[in-house]
Amino acid sequence: MKAYTIKRLLSLLPVLLVVAVVVFFLIHLAPGDPAAVMLGPDASPQDVENLREQLGLNLPLYQQFIAWFSGVLVGDLGMSIYMNQPVLDVFLDRVGPTLSLAILAQGISIIIAIPFGIIAARKRGTLTDQGFMVFAMLGVSVPSFLLGLLLMLLFGVYLGWLPIAGYSPLSEGVWSHLQYMILPAISLGAIQAALIARMTRSSMLDILSTNYIKTAHAKGVKERLVIYKHALRNAFIPILTVLGQTFGTLVAGAVVTETVFNLPGIGQLIVQSIVRRDYAVIQGTILIIAASYVLINLIVDLLYGAVDPRVRFNKK
Amino acid sequence: MVNEPLLNVKELKTIFSTEKGPVTAVDGVTFHVDSGETVGIVGESGCGKSVTAESIMRLLNEQTTKYEGAITYNGKNLLHLSKEQMRKIRGNEISMIFQDPMTSLNPVYTIGNQITETIMIHQKLSKEKAYVKAIEMLELTGIPSPEKRIYEYPHNLSGGMRQRVMIAMALSCHPSLLIADEPTTALDVTIQAQILDVISDLKKELNMGVMMITHDLGVVAEVCSRVVVMYLGQVIEEADVDTLFFNPKHPYTKGLLKSIPKLDGDRNSKLHVVEGTVPSLDNIPEGCRFAPRCAYADELCLNRAPELETTDEGNKVRCWHYKRIFEEEGANATTS
Repeated sequence: MKAYTIKRLLSLLPVLLVVAVVVFFLIHLAPGDPAAVMLGPDASPQDVENLREQLGLNLPLYQQFIAWFSGVLVGDLGMSIYMNQPVLDVFLDRVGPTLSLAILAQGISIIIAIPFGIIAARKRGTLTDQGFMVFAMLGVSVPSFLLGLLLMLLFGVYLGWLPIAGYSPLSEGVWSHLQYMILPAISLGAIQAALIARMTRSSMLDILSTNYIKTAHAKGVKERLVIYKHALRNAFIPILTVLGQTFGTLVAGAVVTETVFNLPGIGQLIVQSIVRRDYAVIQGTILIIAASYVLINLIVDLLYGAVDPRVRFNKK
Repeated sequence: MVNEPLLNVKELKTIFSTEKGPVTAVDGVTFHVDSGETVGIVGESGCGKSVTAESIMRLLNEQTTKYEGAITYNGKNLLHLSKEQMRKIRGNEISMIFQDPMTSLNPVYTIGNQITETIMIHQKLSKEKAYVKAIEMLELTGIPSPEKRIYEYPHNLSGGMRQRVMIAMALSCHPSLLIADEPTTALDVTIQAQILDVISDLKKELNMGVMMITHDLGVVAEVCSRVVVMYLGQVIEEADVDTLFFNPKHPYTKGLLKSIPKLDGDRNSKLHVVEGTVPSLDNIPEGCRFAPRCAYADELCLNRAPELETTDEGNKVRCWHYKRIFEEEGANATTS
């Protein structure tokens, strides 16, 4: 398993190279110039030119890329032009809200979706099942920014139960943190929940018709144990795959949700940095996101072994 | 009747509600199993053998299934028991093993976990004692070094080994009735014989009644003392095993026996086949269900369904003309 993990970690490098190339050239080919943005519309062309030279922006693109990427390889993501801070520090400053949002959204979606999926599978074809699946369909169809706005309107404006937008860090108390995070987490987690519920339902349906479930019944295992011991663990493998994949999309979804709810997270940082043409920050954060996506999928692959002995690695 | 049989199935009807309307998969099946005897249930695929077994175990989806008749086990009508009462019987007093050992064990739990689960559900044993018991059962079924095997997962074992595990699991609570649903069909021939031996030996040891469902007449000849032949949801003949093989009454049974290839037969002659195919359950013939495929069928057979009659020897047959056929062809027309 160690060898496998190391191999997978090494495979990170080509992925990161590709991501780096794409992000770097996309952002540099887009019109706009950080020097011009920083100095404002009234700056003289000479000043802009001087700043460009100072920032190394006048060099050929490939030279800029090599300079930047060789830094990345030794762990230096560069400096934010706008904030004049190392990119890593900027990232770490803003990662809290995003991480909290993603974990809460994932948590909420798992807690809602898996039981609903199981119930739908057990009551297959009934009104309950159809009702749940219509709900899940809605969940997939409603864009998270719209759901966010609607939740804001209902709980923030009309009912006044929760703050409309903004952020309170975890260090200032769990409760106030949750108050700010709950609506964004729900609006971000809804799509996830719908996907997971549907996967749980279809996976459970497959498993419930297998022979070993019949064996379990024939042994006199209690209905609840048949579902939660015998069926769920087998059904969990495809569910786990969806969990891993959706965790990645949570980060993308966070960009929209953070903008709607004005959370100072990575999503907002990326949007702001694009406006500011803060190249190093955009590149750095996207690289880190790509790496964490690969890592999450590695963790999911390793978890398969914990769930299913047939994919376990030889201990020798 | 002085001695109630262990299992008495009387006029059992199992009706599935489907989108096309109700389908009667088992239609008035009657038979019994005594302690210590092996009764074979024989028939082609789709004749209702497995549905009968699963009705006895009440394993069918009861939201879409309706039962009629009675299944009396130890004086209790199983069809009247609550789900919880039935659950306590399953795996404890009545056990079942299935056709396909490759898929009948849960792939994510060790075999020890799965056998001890049965033991711990039905007997108040600690986990340690349940493991001791499980190893003992595995040993009885002839698995080598069971104390190591018990920690393995099903995918580490061969089909024959898995079926032994299934048997160990089914018998771990010493049931009085074992329902074996084609236990050897998915196995190699050499393994088949071993598995049948294991079942026969343990039957004697535990004095169980065994209901052996099979389409393999070789298995019947090997292990059964009485045989029930089913066709399209009904019992069409019931006899002790000797009578059935040497003096079958029903034309369908005759056909089945004739279709067994014989070693001393002419290799160039074609094998006997029972002409036609089994009609589907939503298109059941009006008269005798076998009439459309039967060489002896006449007007009467096509129009009126025969009852299950008791013959002079005390066996049962569902045919209008069995006596006439017997007189015309003699007893040994089918066997050589």
